[in-house]
Amino acid sequence: MTPPQRRRRVPKEAPEESPPAPAEGQGKGSDPERLYVVTGQVEGGDRAELDLVTLIVAHSDAPPTAQPEQSALLRLCRAPMSVAEVSAYLNLPFSVVTVLLTELLTAELVQARAPIVRSELPDRSLLEAVMHGLQKL
Amino acid sequence: MDFKSSDTITGPRAEDHLPQTATAAVKIVIVGGFGVGKTTMVGSVSEIRPLTTEETMTQAGIGVDDNYGSDSKTATTVAMDFGRISITEQLVLYLFGTPGQERFWFLWNGLFEGALGAVVLIDTRRLEVSFDVIGRLEERGVPFVVAVNDFPDGPRYPMEDLRAALDLSDEIPMVKCDARRRASSRDVLMTLMRFLHSIAMASAPART
Repeated sequence: MTPPQRRRRVPKEAPEESPPAPAEGQGKGSDPERLYVVTGQVEGGDRAELDLVTLIVAHSDAPPTAQPEQSALLRLCRAPMSVAEVSAYLNLPFSVVTVLLTELLTAELVQARAPIVRSELPDRSLLEAVMHGLQKL
Repeated sequence: MDFKSSDTITGPRAEDHLPQTATAAVKIVIVGGFGVGKTTMVGSVSEIRPLTTEETMTQAGIGVDDNYGSDSKTATTVAMDFGRISITEQLVLYLFGTPGQERFWFLWNGLFEGALGAVVLIDTRRLEVSFDVIGRLEERGVPFVVAVNDFPDGPRYPMEDLRAALDLSDEIPMVKCDARRRASSRDVLMTLMRFLHSIAMASAPART
C-alpha cells in the first residue's frame, strides 16, 4: 500500500497573498452595530501592537465612565491574562479586543507584557526553560 | 444580544488565574487539517479547559462564488482553540489548534511569525489533508515537527515511507503519538523544542 505523495515547497521571498486586514464588527453571530459601538471610538486610529499571547494586567479598577466591556476586561485582568483569553472570556473577536485594549493602554488603565517571539536566533535559554517546564508535566 | 453583559461573563476559575509574576508568554501552533486531533492534543496537555478565540477576516474574492460585477468581500470567521501550560512562575506557553479552515490561519498576521514553531499532526488514513499546511509552513520558514496520531484503524506505514510521502527533509523530526494522552502530547512538544534547540545551537556559535 502506498500513501499519497506530497511535493516539498521552499521559503518564499514574499508572502503569496497579502494578508487582508482583520474586519471589525463582523464576529460570528455578533451584532455588527453593537460591535461598532464597542470599537467605534478609535475607528481608523492606531492600534497597539498586541499579540494573541501578550499578557495584560489591569493597573486599577474601572473608572465610573468606563464602558461595560472595558469594566469587564479590567476585572478579568486583575491577574495577568493573555489577549486570547480575554477574547475568549468576553466572547469578542480578537480585533475588537485589541481596539478595547488600545484605549485602556492609552488611558494607562492596563499594562501590556509583550510576548517573546521567535527571532532569527532563538534564545537558547528560553528554549531550555520551556523544555524544563514541559518535562515537569 | 451577543455580548455577555459584565454580570454574566464566565471568567476563569480561581485556579486558572496566572500568578502576578507571569511576565512573558510564548506560543506553539498545532496544524494538520480537519479532524486529525489537534483540539484533542491541545486539551490533553492544557492546564486550563481549552478556550476559543476568533477573528473575522475579509478577503476580496476567495476564488469561489464569483459574482459578476459585484465588488463583494467575503468575511470569514476563523476560530481557534487554545490551551495553556505554565512553564515557570514567569513564563507561560500557549498552544493553538483548531478544527478546520486552516488556510485562513495563514492570513492571521503574526500567528505563525510569532510562534516558536509548529506541530503538524497527521492521520495516516487521510495523509493528504495535511499537505497544504506543511507547504505553507515551508513557504513561511516556520520550523515544525511531524507527529503521526495513532488511530487504531489507520494504515501503518513505515516512518520512512511517510517521510517520503510527505517529502520531508531528513532533519525534520517525526514522532508517533496518541493525542489523547498527556504524556504522549507532551513528548511531541518536547520533540519540537529539542528540534528548535538544535537549530539554535547550529545557527549560533557557542557562547562563553
